[in-house]
Amino acid sequence: MTDQDLLALVRQSLAKVAPETATMEIAADAPLREEYDLDSMDFLNFIIGLHKATGVEIPEIDYPKLGTIAGAVAYLAERRGQT
Amino acid sequence: MSDFRMPSLGADMEAGTLIRWLKQPGDEVKRGDIVAEVDTDKGAIEIEVFEDGVIEELVVQPGEKVPVGRTLARIRTAGIVPAPAPPREAPQVTGSAAAGVPAGAPAPPAPSRAGAPPPTRVAASPAARRRATELGVDLRRITGTGPDGAITLADVEGAAAVAAAPAPAPDRQQAMRRAIAAAMAKSKREIPHAYVTTTIDMFRATAWLRAENQRRSVEDRLLPAAMLLKAVAGAVSDVPEVNGYWVEDRLQASPRVHIGTAIVLRGGGLISPALHDVDQRDLGAVMRGLSDLVARARSGALRGSELTDGTITVTNLGDQGVDGVLGIIYPPQVALVGFGRIVERPWIEEGRIEARPVLHASLSFDHRAVDGHRAGLFLAAVERRLQAPEAL
Repeated sequence: MTDQDLLALVRQSLAKVAPETATMEIAADAPLREEYDLDSMDFLNFIIGLHKATGVEIPEIDYPKLGTIAGAVAYLAERRGQT
Repeated sequence: MSDFRMPSLGADMEAGTLIRWLKQPGDEVKRGDIVAEVDTDKGAIEIEVFEDGVIEELVVQPGEKVPVGRTLARIRTAGIVPAPAPPREAPQVTGSAAAGVPAGAPAPPAPSRAGAPPPTRVAASPAARRRATELGVDLRRITGTGPDGAITLADVEGAAAVAAAPAPAPDRQQAMRRAIAAAMAKSKREIPHAYVTTTIDMFRATAWLRAENQRRSVEDRLLPAAMLLKAVAGAVSDVPEVNGYWVEDRLQASPRVHIGTAIVLRGGGLISPALHDVDQRDLGAVMRGLSDLVARARSGALRGSELTDGTITVTNLGDQGVDGVLGIIYPPQVALVGFGRIVERPWIEEGRIEARPVLHASLSFDHRAVDGHRAGLFLAAVERRLQAPEAL
């Protein structure tokens, strides 16, 4: 899976919890929770979406690393590279 | 024979528009079955029957707006042998009816009658079918991405998210705003509110939750919100008078604990559906129930009973970064619990100052039904339960 694939997947997972983001330009380093008003449930569902799509286990302690689009792509790329 | 009437889905509701019937004359129904969808100021709501029987007649047609209490259908109650359903044309959805269907609502189902050609079965996984039913998504409108174009669970959830995506039309937003305003004004006008507050040490609760989530899979993880709901439900057993309704000038305490949960809608506004029997569920079940309730609130798939059964409400503004909230009681309930964020603050423990995660909790209570002393005991009971999270 390329970084572009991961980017599409992250955008897709975000759009599932914040549908209005599906058609928006999103800065890679924008803090997702603040910018798109994600509550705890939204963010957990975002993480669950990433886990289901990639199979990557994401421990709770790593959640802050997935707080931006760029962070989530980098995290998934790294974790997939390790497995 | 009994009348199935337009239910009141909240103190502020005066009328509703029938979107569609999910049952037809001759269909057998059981208590709790969803029989229709109704459009209200707070969105499309599924409504249930409260007795067993057979649908005898549909009195109101899709698109008609009728006041609360008006007969929608007649039901032959249980014990009567149902006659075969008479052949009848499927109700036609008129232009005005179609206009009454909110954006994103599923299309009326194709009539299913003997003699009619069977509808083409859509290829979808069982999980996708189940989820589509839960979310009110029409499988025929989804392009599957699974093997041979089969519809997957992710396809259904994606379609539901897209359906929910458009912000409510301005008139709907205004209607919801008016409904909220009416309920809040009524509450403040009629209920003598009083408040107690406390700050709770969340060190043990958050440490336990961290450890618990480490051993759980991503999909089964818990949020603090689930713990708070369980703590509230447990505390109700210590101070039962906070759980119930003020009607006919007296408190009617409820033996069951259905917690109304304030949920913010992404397009604006909020809704407080009830999570049923929270005291009877374990933490995992509370979390799953909460997750399901939030998803259905935001996709417009709540049931009428969930809007009327709440016996106490919890509002949790922790995600909004506020320290605390003093809420307005949702009538005819008599109490509302407010939680702020869990945040590190200086805390004195055995004479030492430490940084500890703390939580501001409040109880807004109807002083006709609850005394200040008992309200204080209730918050103390919530705090006590959060000091033993493993027992929640």
